[in-house]
Amino acid sequence: MYPAPFQYYRPESLQEAIGLLTKFGDEAKVIAGGQTLLPMLKMRLGDMSYLIDIGRLPDLSYIEQRGDTIHIGALATHADIANSDVAKVIPLLKDCGGGIADKQVRNRGTIGGGLSVADPSGDWPTGLRVLDTLIVCTGPNGTRNVELKDFIVDSYTADLRDGELVTEVQIKMPPANSGGAYVAFKRAAPAYPTSTVAVQLTMNGDSCDNIRMALGASGSKSIVSEEAENLLKGQPLTRENLTKAADIIVAASKPPADARGSEEFKRAMLRSLVVESAERAIARARGEEIKGGHRYA
Amino acid sequence: MPNSAQLVTVEVTVNGNKYSRNIEPRMLLVEFIREELSLTGTHIGCDTSYCGACSVLLDGKLVKSCTALAVQADGGEVMTVEGLEKNGELHPLQTAFSEHHGLQCGYCTPGMLMASYSLLEENPAPNRDDICKGIAGNVCRCTGYVNIIKAVDAAAKQIKEG
Repeated sequence: MYPAPFQYYRPESLQEAIGLLTKFGDEAKVIAGGQTLLPMLKMRLGDMSYLIDIGRLPDLSYIEQRGDTIHIGALATHADIANSDVAKVIPLLKDCGGGIADKQVRNRGTIGGGLSVADPSGDWPTGLRVLDTLIVCTGPNGTRNVELKDFIVDSYTADLRDGELVTEVQIKMPPANSGGAYVAFKRAAPAYPTSTVAVQLTMNGDSCDNIRMALGASGSKSIVSEEAENLLKGQPLTRENLTKAADIIVAASKPPADARGSEEFKRAMLRSLVVESAERAIARARGEEIKGGHRYA
Repeated sequence: MPNSAQLVTVEVTVNGNKYSRNIEPRMLLVEFIREELSLTGTHIGCDTSYCGACSVLLDGKLVKSCTALAVQADGGEVMTVEGLEKNGELHPLQTAFSEHHGLQCGYCTPGMLMASYSLLEENPAPNRDDICKGIAGNVCRCTGYVNIIKAVDAAAKQIKEG
């Protein structure tokens, strides 16, 4: 399968890329790793005349901690992030980056691309939703920081304005006694996930000081529930309490019935993934080294 | 919409040999390898980034060549299954796949070999779980993977012993 013909540009600077994107507007698409875009173009989904290859823009692949914030350049690949030092500090990043599709895809796909696509079953939008995540967008009018919850507007729709690109992702370091986990259930490594869950929490002794949960592939964007989180705050995170909170957040989800499973199956899956992710997060908050890993059919 | 088909010059080193071709930018890396260079060891399986039959190394990293444009590899180094053999000698992975019957129809084999090669480059002593993860992006519909895993394990030990 071939994509339809297009005119190819490989800008050498960010300014040049933004200039081209501004000039061509909706007739252009941006390619970084191309792991989502190329299969779509090959199936002739979407219409475009100009392809702007930002894959070689300089200085956009960094992954570093500065003060209490982690800065990740938009062109950092999933594999780069999973294998980075910051993923040792925030294990959820390793779960997420190291679990996306398969090794081949992780070697090419980028965090900027994964967020810009805003696929409801994408891993980064749901994984990073439970951390304090800012998306840095750069366009003809300079840069602007958008909270991840506002950046993902709807299914396949990100808050990117004309001529704008995601250039950086900023993640605030979680406080002490925190832990997190991201688990996806997939039919096979290269398949898109059936259901995904992210949990990030902070413990105070045996009780939960703060918790955030998000469900992916369960609606047009990640599902969160203040009610479920409030139920757990200040409480011991027993299996019973976690199950109650899981029931509440899963009730707020709208998993689509499709080839990957019925709605009923997905709700049952989500409930078990919430408990599993939370229990991994609790163990990590206690300083235990818990290997991440997705669940396969 | 552009009026006429744009041609771009792409220079790629494949298995140590330099090639330069004028191609349409929409040409996929796997088509470049197969059609332009006649290196047909790399297979097109699903053509949707699922099966891994087209796996090659690009600048040392395992990628699916059906999901990369040839122009994205411009200036880069590619290693295909043809690059495994050295001076007429099969690579230990190739020998092990043969000895352990790590294939039936053979369609997935070039991708399996490249994924296994990439795994052993990064982890010369993989356990069973590491091997399963290493080939998780490669689909075989014949063997049930048992003999493939045995073959990779045997090759790792063979390489270690020299």
